[in-house]
Amino acid sequence: MKHNKQVAIIGAGPAGLSAALEIAKHGGKVAVFDENDKPGGQLFKQIHKFFGSSFHGAGVRGFRLGEELLSQCKEHGVEIFLNTVVFGLFPDNEVGIVQNDIAHTVTADKILIAVGASEKPLSFPGWDLPGVMGAGAAQTMININRVLPGKKYLMIGSGNVGLVVSYQILQAGGEVVGIVEAMPNINGYSVHANKLMRKGVKIYTSHTIKEARGKDQVEEAVIVEIGPDFKPIEGTEITLDVDTVCLAVGLTPALELLRMSNCQLVHVSKLGGFLPLHNDNMQTTNSDIYVAGDVTGIEEASTAMEEGRLAGISIATSLGLINEIEANKIKDEINQRIIDLRSGPHGEIRMKSKQDVFRRYEEWVSL
Amino acid sequence: MSDEILICRCEEVTEQEIKDAIKNGASTVDGVKRVTRAGKGLCQGRTCRCLVENLISRETKTPVEELEYPNNRPPVRVMKVKALAELDKEDQ
Repeated sequence: MKHNKQVAIIGAGPAGLSAALEIAKHGGKVAVFDENDKPGGQLFKQIHKFFGSSFHGAGVRGFRLGEELLSQCKEHGVEIFLNTVVFGLFPDNEVGIVQNDIAHTVTADKILIAVGASEKPLSFPGWDLPGVMGAGAAQTMININRVLPGKKYLMIGSGNVGLVVSYQILQAGGEVVGIVEAMPNINGYSVHANKLMRKGVKIYTSHTIKEARGKDQVEEAVIVEIGPDFKPIEGTEITLDVDTVCLAVGLTPALELLRMSNCQLVHVSKLGGFLPLHNDNMQTTNSDIYVAGDVTGIEEASTAMEEGRLAGISIATSLGLINEIEANKIKDEINQRIIDLRSGPHGEIRMKSKQDVFRRYEEWVSL
Repeated sequence: MSDEILICRCEEVTEQEIKDAIKNGASTVDGVKRVTRAGKGLCQGRTCRCLVENLISRETKTPVEELEYPNNRPPVRVMKVKALAELDKEDQ
């Protein structure tokens, strides 16, 4: 059975759903595939209120933004296939999917890959013990599955993921024994860090984890101070009584499907590692394949939604659903909002890195 | 110490085994994979790929930016062979 779709979107997170909505609004037929049993991606884990402008839902909790996006998609006739795993991409725009243990192939005129990112690991003695997990994994267990994976936590990394998940562990009834940060300063927003410090959570800057110990699971963790050369300073070890170690040391784009579509990849450390070369229309070096969201470099949900909209407009234009003039008008509005999202000390680095990616894309196509 | 640290948990490959492979000339993630099986397990390297990249970078003094992203083949998710066997049976 061959299913032909106009547009296939892989990933029903903020980027994928935003793109689907734009295409459907302009009359395109869209099928969205997601391996989870609920759409929304990471949005449904975000029980905290968002920052930023009112356009981006400041003050609204992440999962509410997800619900709204979803109902709009349904209104506009977007088909969403859940519990549907995409296992591969093949020549001639063939998408391999598995549903109920049966594989199918679907072809599409245009494909958007919006599969997000995976958590970066950190290796140390004992990191393979039960009780060591990604902070995102702990967040899924707590906010989605309502399971508290441990009692006493050590968080590795003080970026926003580490800080937000630490706070949510407290809200769920866990104890955060400490947060360690390799850099001399706290990495995430101070509003998050201050909330934790007011609750008495200790943040150890210029520290790293040396070891997790335990027989069958984590029973304690040893942290150590590191010098300006990032080498551990002997004699500064502190042993902490914890049963769970959460790793919040960054995310990296999930590139498996892009790699097998022969999309050109580049490494940009500031955006999380390897990512697909793309232009500001969110088009990859494979002209039928578009990307949006964290798979194009790690940012945050509001930017992922705007990138999704950009990709959606670009795809709709390429299918002849919108004329260039109208498309450019919409894109200008989106890009203006993206400039706002990529401003400030955290945003400027992302802006520069993204522009560098666009520049390298142009270099690549002119080769 | 480093022979105790597992890098690829799926295939149980240690840091020392990977360092040895690099010393013996494996200079890419794919090269390390072929010699040690790191990244050939259930998760297909989703967890250890970054760790292997960092080890190669450190041991060969090559910036990570200059390394090659490894090859990926379908299936990118764990699936039953049965599912593939059923692929588009309706066509036949």
